[in-house]
Amino acid sequence: MKDGTPQKGLTRRELLSRSMAAGASFVVGAGYVASTDAAWAMESTVLKPETMATLIQMARDIYPHDHVGDEFYAIAVKGYDTEEAAEGIEAGIAGLNAAAQDKGYGDYLSMGWERDRVDILRGMEDSAFFQQIRGGLVTGLYNQKAVWPLFGYEGESFSKGGYINRGFNDINWL
Amino acid sequence: MTAPFDLNDDSVVVVIGTGAGGGTLANELAQKGVSVVSLEAGAWHTPDDFVQDEWASFGQLAWLDARTTSGDWRVSRDFAGLPAWIVKSVGGSAVHWAGASLRFQPHEWKAKTTYGEVEGASLLDWPIDGEEMDPWYTKAEDKLHVTRTGERPGLPGNNNFKVLEAGAKKLGYENVHTGRMAIKSSEDADGVPCQQLGFCFQGCKVAAKWSPSYDELPDAIETGNLELRTQAHVQRIEHDDSGKVTGVVYVDAEGNEQVQKARVVAVAGNSIESPRILLNSASEMFPDGLANSSGQVGRNYMRHMTGSVYAVFEQPVRMWRGTTMAGIITDESGHDPSRGFVGGYEMETLSIGLPFMAAFLDPGGWGREFASAMDGYENMAGMWLVGEDMPQETNRVTLNMDVKDQYGMPVANVHFDDHPNDIAMRNHAYQQGEAIYNAVGATRTFPTPPYPSTHNLGTNRMSEDPADGVVNKWGQTHDVPNLFVSDGSQFTTGAAENPTLTIVALAIRQADHIAAELASGNL
Repeated sequence: MKDGTPQKGLTRRELLSRSMAAGASFVVGAGYVASTDAAWAMESTVLKPETMATLIQMARDIYPHDHVGDEFYAIAVKGYDTEEAAEGIEAGIAGLNAAAQDKGYGDYLSMGWERDRVDILRGMEDSAFFQQIRGGLVTGLYNQKAVWPLFGYEGESFSKGGYINRGFNDINWL
Repeated sequence: MTAPFDLNDDSVVVVIGTGAGGGTLANELAQKGVSVVSLEAGAWHTPDDFVQDEWASFGQLAWLDARTTSGDWRVSRDFAGLPAWIVKSVGGSAVHWAGASLRFQPHEWKAKTTYGEVEGASLLDWPIDGEEMDPWYTKAEDKLHVTRTGERPGLPGNNNFKVLEAGAKKLGYENVHTGRMAIKSSEDADGVPCQQLGFCFQGCKVAAKWSPSYDELPDAIETGNLELRTQAHVQRIEHDDSGKVTGVVYVDAEGNEQVQKARVVAVAGNSIESPRILLNSASEMFPDGLANSSGQVGRNYMRHMTGSVYAVFEQPVRMWRGTTMAGIITDESGHDPSRGFVGGYEMETLSIGLPFMAAFLDPGGWGREFASAMDGYENMAGMWLVGEDMPQETNRVTLNMDVKDQYGMPVANVHFDDHPNDIAMRNHAYQQGEAIYNAVGATRTFPTPPYPSTHNLGTNRMSEDPADGVVNKWGQTHDVPNLFVSDGSQFTTGAAENPTLTIVALAIRQADHIAAELASGNL
């Protein structure tokens, strides 16, 4: 289990049986967001679970890496689940949902195509809310050490003696 | 007298800053028997402390005190509070520098004569030239163990270099090699040679790369002639009724204000802090700031024309492995106005880790265009473009009276507008950089905008005529005989080369001059 994704002792079956689908990718229940296959779940204590689920989707739409699981995006935005941040986040996500409703959808999460969701984000790209989320993701997502191997990045090298004997010049396709 | 020195000891030379300029000057003076107090705003981080984690290291080393920005440069939009990526630590920015150690080309000492009048530029010839600097450069190269100078071999090329080299050769470039680097390249040198760690920007954990932090200050302290005071944040310089400086006011590590008396003061706080200190030292006698009768303090701020090109290939490069600046192409560094601009630029490999790539590849970028670029990280090669930018009087460091730092001192505002020559050069460099990578099969290239400035230059420039600049050919201020400037803010023009070797050479030369003047009673 990754940091920040406690499963709170629920079994997978219990989790799914107590949840309601929030969109294609997530289920939400009382106080948590989970993946539809219950591979991970995250507690949401201040933010409404639906809001957290939408925020995770928004994070993926901002930096969409198809080989990076939702749990990493969840970790990246988990920090907004605080008394201090919640009001602004709830308002921002409500704005996203209102924009989705203007386009005839129930809410942001029920928009099936990334391009439709991204259209909404483009329309609010200069807003403080969007910039807060995007700016936070630059470190929140890409500075997670658990994410680095998914991009091939190897992190520190000193403990392994550097690369002098470990492939600093091993390129073979030139 | 031997260190430590009393605050009231007015026989000492106070050197403000311990980077390439101040650290070198302080050690050179101490070696000559001169009593020196080095005041360093930062703490002393050693190779054991350095962290190979980009953001953690940034938090440890970077100068993060408040600054503001203005002007049309993109840094002001993307990094409004961070005009410069420089270091607050013993060793200064020569802790995180890459190590490139290039001499100016002879014509670059005479930019105004060589380039002629350039509209909007405040070009000036240096009052010194390549011939005069030659022996000092040699001393600097020996001190820094610069590869490919003297008998020192070059470093081996890493993957990032091999891509650059192959592309350059396909394009017909001839001057491509693994650089002149202040990184130990053989077992013969004292200490450990380069272990190809990567993370040169985070401080070299095996101390193979020269830094005053472990190569100058410890030697200086050993002489008994130097006292290093860390976390000593200089506020202003005091003077007497005759207009000579008498001491330096600083806040010590405990937050107490202190005054160190001085016979001579040398300012080497980098090109943002150095003019800030002089401007903040304004008095009744010097209402526009110390050494500022010309009005030139803070002006002609230069940051080099910079940019980067990253490229994604079909197969892995893993550019982060090994020396960060692993090689250079110098073919574009000459002056050839047929390219549409004056001056030249260097192309040097560069790699940054995944966390910094996310922040710097296309600041503010998002969506699938950005994310797919990041997906190519393992297959990326990268180069930095660094060339001569035009000095402009209006590009300047001023005191922002509306924003105060933790000591209540007005922060520096850094104003910069690109000159049309800078833009033309950058566009040319982007085109050539992309062509290099395309020549070896890049599937996608990224002309990446400048990072917060690492090469901050020119804000106390050297001039023959006191009306044109702040210091004379020795770095001595035109207005105040016992006040010197010892960092890159002395630069009259920036040349195409990474500035550290020139800063060090000037500091060695200045130490020689100051010691002689002290001995003869002129100071």
